[in-house]
Amino acid sequence: MTPQTEVCLEGISKSFAGVRALDNVSLTIGKGEIVCLAGENGSGKSTLVKILAGVLRPDSGSIEIGGHPYPHLHPIEAVRAGIQVIYQDFSLFPNLTVAENIAFNEQLSSRRKFVRWRKVREVARGALAKVGVNVDLDARVEDLTVANKQVVAIARALLQDAKLIAMDEPTSALTEHEVHALLDIIRRLKRDGISVLFISHKLREIFAICEKIVVLRNGRKVADGPAREFDLASLSLHMLGRRLESHARNRGQEHGEELLRLDRLGRGQQFADVSFALHAGEVLGITGLLGSGRTELASALFGLTPADRGRILLGGQPVRIGSPREAIAHGLGYVPSDRLTEGLFLPQSIGNNIAVSSLDELSSNGVLDKARVRGLIDEWVRQLQVRTPNANLPVQSLSGGNQQRVVLARWLARAPRVLILNGPTVGVDVGSKAEIHDIIARLANAGMGIIVISDDLPEILAACDRILVMQAGRVVEEVAGDTVDEDHLAARLAG
Amino acid sequence: MDKQIGPRTIAATRRSGPIRGFAGALATTDIGRLFLITVLVFVVMSVLQPALFPTRENLSSMAFQFPEFGLLSLGMMLTMLTGGIDLSIIGVADLSAILAVMVMHRLAPDAQAAGPGVFVAIAAGIGVGLAAAAVGGLVNGIVIAGMDIPPILATLGTGLIFTGIAKVLTGGAALLGFPEMASVIGNGAIPYFGIPVPLLIFVVAAAIVAFVLNRSAFGLRVYLLGTNPLAARFAGIDNFRVTVRVYVVSALLAAVAGLIIAIRANSAKADYGSSYLLLAVLISVLGGTNPYGGFGKVSGLVLAVLSLQFLSSGLNMLQVSNFAVSMTWGTLLLLVMVINAGRIRRA
Amino acid sequence: MTRLFARNETLVTLILIAFCVVTSLIDPNFLSLPTLFDLLRNGTVMSIFALGVLLVLASGGIDLSFTAIAAFAMYVATKAMMMLGLGDSMMFAILFAGAIGLLLGLINAFFIGTLKLPTMIVTLGTMNAFQGFLLTFVGTTLITQVPLGMRSFSRTMLVRLETPDGTIVSLPVAFLILVVLATVTGLLLNRTTLGRSIYALGGAPESAERVGVRVVAVQYFVYAYVGALSGVAGIVHGAMARVANPFDLVGLELSVIAAVVLGGARLSGGHGTLFGTLLGVALIVVINNSLITLGIPSTWQNVLTGLLILVGTGLPAFRAKLATQRAG
Repeated sequence: MTPQTEVCLEGISKSFAGVRALDNVSLTIGKGEIVCLAGENGSGKSTLVKILAGVLRPDSGSIEIGGHPYPHLHPIEAVRAGIQVIYQDFSLFPNLTVAENIAFNEQLSSRRKFVRWRKVREVARGALAKVGVNVDLDARVEDLTVANKQVVAIARALLQDAKLIAMDEPTSALTEHEVHALLDIIRRLKRDGISVLFISHKLREIFAICEKIVVLRNGRKVADGPAREFDLASLSLHMLGRRLESHARNRGQEHGEELLRLDRLGRGQQFADVSFALHAGEVLGITGLLGSGRTELASALFGLTPADRGRILLGGQPVRIGSPREAIAHGLGYVPSDRLTEGLFLPQSIGNNIAVSSLDELSSNGVLDKARVRGLIDEWVRQLQVRTPNANLPVQSLSGGNQQRVVLARWLARAPRVLILNGPTVGVDVGSKAEIHDIIARLANAGMGIIVISDDLPEILAACDRILVMQAGRVVEEVAGDTVDEDHLAARLAG
Repeated sequence: MDKQIGPRTIAATRRSGPIRGFAGALATTDIGRLFLITVLVFVVMSVLQPALFPTRENLSSMAFQFPEFGLLSLGMMLTMLTGGIDLSIIGVADLSAILAVMVMHRLAPDAQAAGPGVFVAIAAGIGVGLAAAAVGGLVNGIVIAGMDIPPILATLGTGLIFTGIAKVLTGGAALLGFPEMASVIGNGAIPYFGIPVPLLIFVVAAAIVAFVLNRSAFGLRVYLLGTNPLAARFAGIDNFRVTVRVYVVSALLAAVAGLIIAIRANSAKADYGSSYLLLAVLISVLGGTNPYGGFGKVSGLVLAVLSLQFLSSGLNMLQVSNFAVSMTWGTLLLLVMVINAGRIRRA
Repeated sequence: MTRLFARNETLVTLILIAFCVVTSLIDPNFLSLPTLFDLLRNGTVMSIFALGVLLVLASGGIDLSFTAIAAFAMYVATKAMMMLGLGDSMMFAILFAGAIGLLLGLINAFFIGTLKLPTMIVTLGTMNAFQGFLLTFVGTTLITQVPLGMRSFSRTMLVRLETPDGTIVSLPVAFLILVVLATVTGLLLNRTTLGRSIYALGGAPESAERVGVRVVAVQYFVYAYVGALSGVAGIVHGAMARVANPFDLVGLELSVIAAVVLGGARLSGGHGTLFGTLLGVALIVVINNSLITLGIPSTWQNVLTGLLILVGTGLPAFRAKLATQRAG
């Protein structure tokens, strides 16, 4: 460990409930160095950062900051050692002004009883100057743009004598212009001798700013080296892996009638001009990095945030989908990306979670037919092999993979014509992953139209007949699943 | 084991252990414990006042008293199941009773009269009262589900408005009594069996609510909405409709309670106890309803209302003042919350 | 400029002005010094309550028990002073009642801060517990012979003026108490770290914890403060009314909460200003006073207060909803 090293993580491992989140990961960050921690969802990035911030304790491994070892790192210790993490929600106070937010930590830690507003403004102005951006000191943070909120968060971090600022997915909500501004800020920080840990999976930005790249995949470090040793394609491959699923699509299949067609669909700034058709038996993949509009598109299709331009045609007929209920009535189903908050009723029974979207069909005159409900639940638990001794247990007792099956069961019980899956295997163990892909293939073979939204390239390539690539709200390319390989796709994704 | 698809609280899931059977269920499930508490209170009170408590007169008297609280609590429980609360139930009860009696007076000015004309007047009065309550509940539901105003504030506001309208209509004074014929609703009893009419009304209402909650699609949606409103939307539940319906039902139950209260007191007076409100919350919470939503059973509520009635009557017999009883309720509410503290955490 | 109009205070001020204008058209005597002094006198106790409630709402909680605390403190203090012969100084009475209120507030703080129970239900429980305890164990009889200190307090005037037509109008010294407490509260909220931490806690509780705010300590302070203030409000009320009635004050809590909410505080926490709160109280007091002049029976009071709550909370909530929909 050289005197120039700011942070040294060695052999960090961490498991949660038997699932390995991190496996023997080591990372060094030099003074004033801009390091990128790259990886897709579920790679272990957030866990590593939380360990660095002292919020989580590693199961094994060591942490050294500024040359000192920290065997039992506390959040407060980490802050004193100069570690500042800016999470995606910024941890700001929306009801207070910019100046107050910036100076708040400093007020608290200096144990001052009284607030001298002139001093607060001075301090805030100084911090903003270091960042090099002008933001109205008296504006309420809740009124700011995301980019400015980020600036405030960074300014606040600087006041704590930060030696290392870790930014978690800092560009996910920024416009192109704002991204450039942020990268400039980061360069300034570097000039002032502050290290930056840039946690992201947006390839272009990584190359634009980082000096060293560390790639995590499934909890392990798979690459570590100077940025110049990587290129877009190789980086993308490292992040997404080479594991091709063995259950490739039976591609020769004839596709049936047109189930769904989008005609120049758009919504605000989120996405525009999206057109495609989906046929029975077809699996269509939609991919793109975070911010490409892929989730917003799904959300519009399912009626959660309805489109304001363009048309949706189901079975050839134009339809208005203004709410999830309408979408369901039209034969759509949606497996959301965040199953814990959007998909499941955690303390409720597995059975209830499965039956929830079929209640009308299971009742006559509003009264549930218990036998039919029981039958439905039992059947789908069996068909999808949900591993549980009893469907009355709360669904939060299940593993991620089994929970995902429950959500799937809910929709399959309705026999939808079109099923949309957003990130179907995120946070799911390898075994369940393969089985879920199997299920998707079987459903398509049986005539369902399926849309898979994912940024897991091997998954997309293995499961889909056709792939749409989205970028900045538009579809930029359409490829057939078997005519493209991962390298090409990865490059396309990165733009 | 019974594979009921009713909503189940985690706590109601039987824990395995050496104690099995009925006795085991009593000790380990929430309902079982509540049952024990109810029986315990009854026994204690009977021991303390053997000549007064376990008598036919007392049982009958209690059976006349608790239904109104039970009805109010049923409504409160429903709104709590969705993660909300209805602080306007007293106002609604007030207003409905006053409107009912005003209509009855209009149509049948002679309070002593009997006959089909009076019967119609009474029915009309009840109808108007219930209709007004439905409107009130509708307003609550729309304001809460449509305008995103927190239920506490919304029902605080509407409650004030309802009480206020009631005050305006009566000019602040107590109105005269109900027609003689109507008194059976509050004071009558089924002949031979001696079952008080209010009790019958409560039993029917509780049975209906229990049925709806356990056996209907709507009931399950109420539980799920209260558990996770976001997931409910994603799953296709019409949050707006469910919420509005719940608040309408709560208002209707409050109206029925208000009628019974007014008839028993033989006057419709604007503005009575916030202690009723406290009791409704207490009964719901004691009965196992989670104020953050998603869990609660009618059976628990019934046991809770019985326990509190036994306690209340017993305390009265022991010459404990009304104020001390009120203090007891407040303290009990705190106690129940503390005991449930682990479980009541926001999901 | 839009920001100015978006603020609750502006809306309230406009309604206030509107009311005053309409009332003075009907009764030209309305806009006069006697009326102003009347309003100030009537609004004093409510304003003191509102100061405490402002803190509670800003911290993200709600307190329904403060009027019960006030009644308790007032009655116990009065009775104790009578029995112990300590009733000569109003200052002492205020400190005594304030201390009682503070202790009761700490009980709330325990359930809310340490046990982390929901604020509304806790204070609903303590409201009944406190009042029940008071009426059971302390007494239910009105004390009509209040201690000397309180009696002379009620007669002490801050200002005494003679109007052109010969009537004497006066402003009781109780108003001074309000001024002092309002100043202290204002300084607390705007000039101390503790005050800013209250807003921070209300605005973003998780961020507050992450940043190092001592959440439990802040909550203890808030509920102790509202308790103490309520105790003071109670004793002032008792003194001005020259009777200690243990049944008094309970029932006012909804109007006070309405006033604070009107003034810009939100149930979700993090908002509310001293100025807005006092404006809110002013509006409620003016409305209650104007009703008589406007020929509206006082029975409409409740309806109006309720409507005000709905409008006061509904408008910002509605506007917020529209904003998020537009942002899409």
